[in-house]
Amino acid sequence: MKLTDDEKAMLDGEHGLTVQKAMELQVRYGTALGAERFVNITNALGGYQLESVADWPCDKSIPSVFAQLGLDSDEIVPAPCAKVPFYYNQAYMDPKYYPIWNRNKTDYDRFMEHEEFMTGTGMNLIYSCTPYLCGNLPAKGEHLAWMESSAIVYANSVLGARTNTEGCESAYSAMLTGKTPYWGYHMPENRFGDHLVVVETDIETEEDWGLLGYYVGCMVQERIPVLRIEPKNLTSDKLKHFGAAAASGGGVEMYHIPGVTPEAYDEATAFGPNKPINTFKFGKEEKRWTYEKLNVTGKSTDVDFIVLGCPHYSVNQLWQVFNKMKGKKVKDGIEFWVFVPRQIQFLAERSGILQPLLAAGVKVMSDGCPCMGRCRPEGTNVVATDSAKQAHYLPNMTGLQTLYGSLDECINAAVTGKWEGRLK
Amino acid sequence: MSEEKIVLKGRKVADGCVEAEAIVTKGYISGWGGIDPRKGTFIDVRDPLYGQKFAGKVLVFRGAKGSSGWSTQFHEAKIMGNAPAAIIFEVTTTKAALGTIISRVPAVTDLDQKPTEVIETGDWVKVDGTNGIVEVIKKKK
Repeated sequence: MKLTDDEKAMLDGEHGLTVQKAMELQVRYGTALGAERFVNITNALGGYQLESVADWPCDKSIPSVFAQLGLDSDEIVPAPCAKVPFYYNQAYMDPKYYPIWNRNKTDYDRFMEHEEFMTGTGMNLIYSCTPYLCGNLPAKGEHLAWMESSAIVYANSVLGARTNTEGCESAYSAMLTGKTPYWGYHMPENRFGDHLVVVETDIETEEDWGLLGYYVGCMVQERIPVLRIEPKNLTSDKLKHFGAAAASGGGVEMYHIPGVTPEAYDEATAFGPNKPINTFKFGKEEKRWTYEKLNVTGKSTDVDFIVLGCPHYSVNQLWQVFNKMKGKKVKDGIEFWVFVPRQIQFLAERSGILQPLLAAGVKVMSDGCPCMGRCRPEGTNVVATDSAKQAHYLPNMTGLQTLYGSLDECINAAVTGKWEGRLK
Repeated sequence: MSEEKIVLKGRKVADGCVEAEAIVTKGYISGWGGIDPRKGTFIDVRDPLYGQKFAGKVLVFRGAKGSSGWSTQFHEAKIMGNAPAAIIFEVTTTKAALGTIISRVPAVTDLDQKPTEVIETGDWVKVDGTNGIVEVIKKKK
């Protein structure tokens, strides 16, 4: 790779051991990719799962875990100091509720010790998969180094910012050097569409967008789909759900909706020099296939667990739950969990929509999700969710039977204990 | 008894030279939810590799798919002593590149023949990452 003077200085240790280790990792990474140079980034997003190190045959202290999983360094390095802002991803539990996540006080203490390690370093502790709901809203053309598939696809597609799918080691290194290899989605020529999806059925609700996203992901895997669609009542929340579903059914990191997303003024701009490798339709038949695929493990209709907020809900979405729960109560014996970033909890509390939800038996949580924590509340067997992403991962990660449907269907199940969902 | 040796040439992903038995898939593999770092095995029940071991073998695969936690899973496998001996892939992505370099084993890509077609599970493979050369000795049938 061709290095600039400041990159060479970092590699030679002139900015300290921590930055040197980060640059060493990035040079190895860039070389492996075949990148020719680095590009400056404006911020990074990432995080490792601290709980998985319990049986490591080596030093398990927090600085050691950071050096290894953060920088691939065998040597413990001085405390990190971010060159560009870093946003910390969702974790494996909401520490405020640790006992019902099947965690103990030791887990809690370690969580807080890790938090202490990160504070004051330039890491923003949002503990969320939705940095764009937490004040990190990049402009079109900004270069980033992000983890978290649902956030990556949102940044590239909806915001027109530029990021590859980073992992822990490359995201933390990028935070310390302010650089990432100039490769993949950072290069304009790699951002054009290459598959065409002709949408032949009405797509309006968040449930519809989840089904469409999951199907598109299954069909294109990691390529770039262009949707021929006339969206009705489109919102950023619906695009958030669509992207998360497409990144779960496949590995979509970027899509175009001509007339909607910023790099697709029309279909021709979306494809640029490319011709579609493949064209396929999404009609009633494809919608049914996807619905059945997402619900394949849901045999029982006796629901005892509800999960909303994957990706983490916006305040608009939480407000919808508040409206729909008015005058209702969660049935005894049912766990109803809704996930929002913690700062949205504060907003909801101040705006008077949090307390009534808690009083109705809804647990409004932050910081994680059941998949990240591989968490199945004690005694639960059947989960209902309005998230295609959560429906994809929950059966594998927790063994729960999983039902996918609309917000109304999830709320009905929370109140009655019965699933009455159906394909619309 | 003659041994057929096939030589493939490509691009270095990571330095080093090692030889071992191959495990091969023409498919894309997941890290998070795809491997068990503690056993060094594949755990995706929908994949033909399910239950097979990659630890200590030359892992030959088409590409990487799934969660951005791909590298972390292979990183943990390395920490637990279960890294592959060497890595060969066809499609370069950030997941495959990062997961490979943190495994700290020799690795090669962009070979002049498709490695997932030339190499079969059980073949004996030498991976010279530094020079971008792969030598394959076919398993006796």
